[in-house]
Amino acid sequence: MGDSVKKPGWKDIPIGGRIEDAGNSQKYYVGGWRTRRPVWIKENCIHCLFCWVACPDAAIVVEDGKIQGFDYDHCKGCGICARECPAKSPAIQMRSENIEDQFDS
Amino acid sequence: MGNRIALTGNEAVALGMKQIAPDVVAAYPITPQTEVVQIFSQYVADGDVDTEFVTVESEHSAMSAALGASAAGARAMTATSSNGLELMFEVVNITASLRLPIVMPIVNRAITGPINIHCDHSDVMTIRDSSWILLFGENAQEAYDNLLMANRIAEHSDILLPVAVNMDGFIISHAVENIEIVEDEVVKEFVGDYYPEKYLLDAANPITMGPVDLQDYLFEHKRQQIEAIKKVSGVVRQVSQEFAELTGRHYDLFEEYRLDDAEVALIAIGSTAGTAKAAIDNLREQGIKVGLLKIRLYRPFPAKEIVEALKGVKTIGVMDRAESYSNTGGPLYADIRAAMYDVGGTAQVMNIVYGIGGRDMTVRDLENLITQLQKVTETGEIEERIIHYGVRD
Ligand code: SF4
Ligand code: SF4
Repeated sequence: MGDSVKKPGWKDIPIGGRIEDAGNSQKYYVGGWRTRRPVWIKENCIHCLFCWVACPDAAIVVEDGKIQGFDYDHCKGCGICARECPAKSPAIQMRSENIEDQFDS
Repeated sequence: MGNRIALTGNEAVALGMKQIAPDVVAAYPITPQTEVVQIFSQYVADGDVDTEFVTVESEHSAMSAALGASAAGARAMTATSSNGLELMFEVVNITASLRLPIVMPIVNRAITGPINIHCDHSDVMTIRDSSWILLFGENAQEAYDNLLMANRIAEHSDILLPVAVNMDGFIISHAVENIEIVEDEVVKEFVGDYYPEKYLLDAANPITMGPVDLQDYLFEHKRQQIEAIKKVSGVVRQVSQEFAELTGRHYDLFEEYRLDDAEVALIAIGSTAGTAKAAIDNLREQGIKVGLLKIRLYRPFPAKEIVEALKGVKTIGVMDRAESYSNTGGPLYADIRAAMYDVGGTAQVMNIVYGIGGRDMTVRDLENLITQLQKVTETGEIEERIIHYGVRD
């Protein structure tokens, strides 16, 4: 009620709560679930892609076989990537969300 | 058409399941349904049917496996009784919400506490608000026939809701009757193949089923369920009509027995309807104008049609084989009273709660009851509106 965007009515949506367009979870922002965020330390990264394999979401952004950073709209902050990172000096650090600005700049 | 053979209700239902040959049956045995599962699994073991039979560790798993199979695109069935239904309750509701047309015979039995294995309707009445379609039969023939029609109703594109085919535990499930069986090929053709429009194993059209559905959409999905429910009566009638053309056996939403000129009417569900017919015949001979309305489709409830059929009746005795512990009588009574309110009128509506835990309801009991209702018709006096018939003081 009172939504600014009018959502479709019961006649215009698939029955039973089915989602019929594949891959649409990408449109859904779930970054707000995070309490900690992974921060990439570029100079330590050996681009082994372990983090990309281990991420239970698909929140590691890779281009041409190289890590580009994180998709913070979908990263849940679970920390698995940081745990799996084999670089001698860790290339991913988990930081508290509320001090994110220090590390983003 | 068809053969006449002597079968118990359970045997008839197991045979019907074999003739339907669903893709998947996942079931767990519980008295008095056990034979359905046992006989059907024997058919599978003997290679008489190519159904994938899943032996599960509980009824919760039985309904979960049936749900999974149905979501995957299979025609799926299970069967249960009493506490088995209670154990699968969570998933019973989910199958309906996910709009999966599973078919399940329920062999009605009292819910335990204290332990009782005999017939009443306390099991099925717990799912009356689940949007499962609930069909009831008076005898093994009707249980068998209802089963053969169930998939057509459940899978109809306007419906897509699960159907429970109910029969009274022991009274129907274990009593031998002379039943007319429909030939295998005729069943096969009547039931037809199952082609779901959307299903999970359709790799070319991937979909998600059962995702989180919050404030912004759940209400709309429930509204869709209501829309399907509105169309059930029509589909039940249409499928029953086709079935009648095939077998000569006619079914409607309910059966009217000597109701045309009746002043007293009983309304009953299940095997007691048969007993009531015998009592009605006897009392008709003594000049008492009594008839019966036998519920076949209980959910959704054909309220308008029932009220119409009861026009002119002065005293209505609603027979409930379950209590609702509300101080307002049994569940069927509440439905009938609510339906009658819409038309006003002066008919007296009374409730007879009976047969709990399998307590017998004989022809003489019903004659006695009808005589009491006749007295109400004559005097207009009601001592108690809700009677627990046959309970010892
Ligand atoms: S924190 Fe978890 S979700 Fe986020 S990128 Fe790392 S592994 Fe993926
Ligand atoms: S696991 Fe560490 S080193 Fe390997 S690609 Fe990811 S961030 Fe770089």
